[in-house]
Amino acid sequence: MDFLRPASWQEALAAKAEHPAAVPIAGGTDVMVEINFDHRRPEHLLDLNRIADLYEWEVGEESVRLGASVPYTQIMENLRAELPGLALASRTVASPQIRNRGGVGGNLGTASPAGDAHPALLAAGAEVEVESVRGSRRIPIDAFFTGVKRNALAADELIKWVHIAKADGPQQFSKVGTRNAMVIAVCAFGLALHPATRTVRTGIGSAAPTPVRAKAAEEFLNAALEEGGFWDNGRIVPPSVAAQFAQLCSGACNPIDDVRGTAGYRRHAVGVVARRTLAWTWESYRGARRVTEGAA
Amino acid sequence: MRVNLTVNGRPQQADDVWEGESLLYVLRERLGLPGSKNACEQGECGSCTVRLDGVPVCSCLVAAGQAEGREVVTVEGLADLAGRRAEGGELAPVQQAFIDAGAVQCGFCTPGLLVAADEMLERNPNPSDEDIREALSGNLCRCTGYEKIMDAVRLAAARQQEAV
Ligand SMILES: Cc1cc2nc3c(=O)[nH]c(=O)nc-3n(C[C@H](O)[C@H](O)[C@H](O)COP(=O)(O)OP(=O)(O)OC[C@H]3O[C@@H](n4cnc5c(N)ncnc54)[C@H](O)[C@@H]3O)c2cc1C
Ligand code: FES
Ligand code: FES
Repeated sequence: MDFLRPASWQEALAAKAEHPAAVPIAGGTDVMVEINFDHRRPEHLLDLNRIADLYEWEVGEESVRLGASVPYTQIMENLRAELPGLALASRTVASPQIRNRGGVGGNLGTASPAGDAHPALLAAGAEVEVESVRGSRRIPIDAFFTGVKRNALAADELIKWVHIAKADGPQQFSKVGTRNAMVIAVCAFGLALHPATRTVRTGIGSAAPTPVRAKAAEEFLNAALEEGGFWDNGRIVPPSVAAQFAQLCSGACNPIDDVRGTAGYRRHAVGVVARRTLAWTWESYRGARRVTEGAA
Repeated sequence: MRVNLTVNGRPQQADDVWEGESLLYVLRERLGLPGSKNACEQGECGSCTVRLDGVPVCSCLVAAGQAEGREVVTVEGLADLAGRRAEGGELAPVQQAFIDAGAVQCGFCTPGLLVAADEMLERNPNPSDEDIREALSGNLCRCTGYEKIMDAVRLAAARQQEAV
């Protein structure tokens, strides 16, 4: 095995071009488990820890440019206002020790259906900027997950930034597991209200071969909110609408039975958290509206 | 490969390190520092917790080469570290508190808990129970049921407050 330690992004891209099978290692919280247990013996490990760019983030007008290696701890502490869904999801990852090392780039690299960043990214809206010596491109998050633990990266590409839309309304993330710390999700759900476009977006984790959006549920809710004038009148979402939304979210799942839970349980639980997160986000949207109106 | 790093304030060099080796292995098997424990090698138990450039991490999940040129503090260096914070003594206050509160049974989880608790108290000298639980949520103990550990951290925090 060789341990490659590029000091700059350009060096890292060159190394990846020369050794396309090299395994990048950032926080190591997925890679090292595989090496410790002999599940992986790459010929080259490509250490990304010395590349300072990957640990930076920049808050722009419309989106946040998040470095691939920014640890969850930093996201929780510094980006709660801009990326509330991702910050909430980050807080549920593993333990402080893991959150101090692991980040979104590694979560996307592993592309597990259970990765907690994914539902939040799907709900907020995001693009993954990847680069190789051939150039760079932006992959919409909806096209990023291509199969169980597979993503759209080419062999010579590395993830540099994740561009995540800044929250324009309330966001929530909910994860079902057996306890609070150190839990791989039985299922997870992210919801973002986008008052600017009068739309909602969702993200479901651990309930299909890849993280997915519940598109039919989004379309249904968008139409129901529009029809009832809810974005303007700020009335509570009728229970029948919430129930239908929840049912459509369950329907977007394509889960399996495993040690963490049965397919039926997952489908049911996704419906429950979909309804809850809708209630929470809508309640804070109404609250924010009242505050703005009061001030006007 | 060769790895150079600073451990508990002292420059160290480890030779013949295998490229897939963890920092935990280097500390225990190559540098003679068996304080950090190896229980799961998958980040679940926290018994291998050390500080890497000040930040608590599972040393079983840090590749040895990633520690090149960096500063590591292990449980063996806690008393020194406390000394540098002018909380001198043979043991760091948090170590003394674990003994006084009876928070150590088999002791296997203790080094990781001490490193994690010490770092939290440095950051947050007046933690709530919630803060303590959160800071120690990555450390498993199979013996104590955690109550005495909570007592110990509260005791260390109280003594720290008195000393100010
Ligand atoms: C005890 C434990 C508990 C965990 N709990 C959770 C949890 O609750 N929720 C959750 O989502 N995850 C969890 N994980 C998994 C892991 O922590 C996350 O997936 C984390 O985001 C990985 O980030 P990392 O930087 O450590 O990745 P690494 O292990 O360094 O890399 C992961 C993968 O991504 C690739 N990669 C990394 N950076 C790049 C890049 N810039 N470009 C291209 N590829 C790249 C690597 O080659 C590798 O395939 C847990 C892990 C452990 C050990
Ligand atoms: S040995 Fe590292 S976390 Fe258990
Ligand atoms: S004292 Fe035995 S594991 Fe904690």
